[in-house]
Amino acid sequence: MIPIEHFIYISAALFCIGIVTVITKKNAIVVLMGIELMLNGANLNLVAFSRMDGGLIQGQFFALFVMVIAACEAAVGLAIILKVYNYYKTTALDQINELKG
Amino acid sequence: MFIQILFYLFAGLTIASALVVLWTKNVLYAAFSLIITFMGVAALYVFAGADFIAVSQILIYVGGILVLIIFGVMLTNRLSGQSVTTANHNKFTGYAIGWIIFGTLFYTIYQVNFVSIANIHQDLGPTGESTIGIIGVKLMSSYILPFEIIAVLLLLTLIGAAFIAGKQLKGK
Repeated sequence: MIPIEHFIYISAALFCIGIVTVITKKNAIVVLMGIELMLNGANLNLVAFSRMDGGLIQGQFFALFVMVIAACEAAVGLAIILKVYNYYKTTALDQINELKG
Repeated sequence: MFIQILFYLFAGLTIASALVVLWTKNVLYAAFSLIITFMGVAALYVFAGADFIAVSQILIYVGGILVLIIFGVMLTNRLSGQSVTTANHNKFTGYAIGWIIFGTLFYTIYQVNFVSIANIHQDLGPTGESTIGIIGVKLMSSYILPFEIIAVLLLLTLIGAAFIAGKQLKGK
């Protein structure tokens, strides 16, 4: 139907857009959005290759567990961002540069 | 033929909204175009024959994680009446790394001959039968250990996130 390399090109593009978002953005929550983009790119790659498994869809199980772990990581990451915001009063990452408790 | 056009449409929509997340300065616009990206990826999962994963993607990502992100944006907003904006730094390093990694991946994928790999296991594609039965049975038989570990991880996340972001009681 649809050749598999199309899926893999799209997954590579999503992953690279996620990496550039994580590196260039100053707001901590936008960095979290970039991490979610990277995870989605990797998930798309896994699901695309699960077609070639011959019946046991192992890639889809992996993708399911990655989705649950991404949800956990987003929850804990946002809790930490809220705590850091309460202390520093800003979410700009280059102003959060002290480790003093 | 029609399916090919639909696939390219959804792929273009996904990558365009991911680029909007990257290029916009307004944080709320980035969150809403991330919704469109996740919906587009769910459509691409359907094209790959993964119907249960597509619905789980919409449930977990759009219904869970994005709502959480929008809460986070609203709660860390200091200026009332103005939209939250974000700026860029390290632009040259970021784009250089992005282009190098994408170039390497593109070149590697271009070299692979997928037709000869597909002869080992057949490329099934969407067969018309649902995957939810297989996933249900295997999740309880072959993959029971990751399933239980994920359950414990969710419990830890629940307790941890509630503890980190909770209010401290007076007098502590």
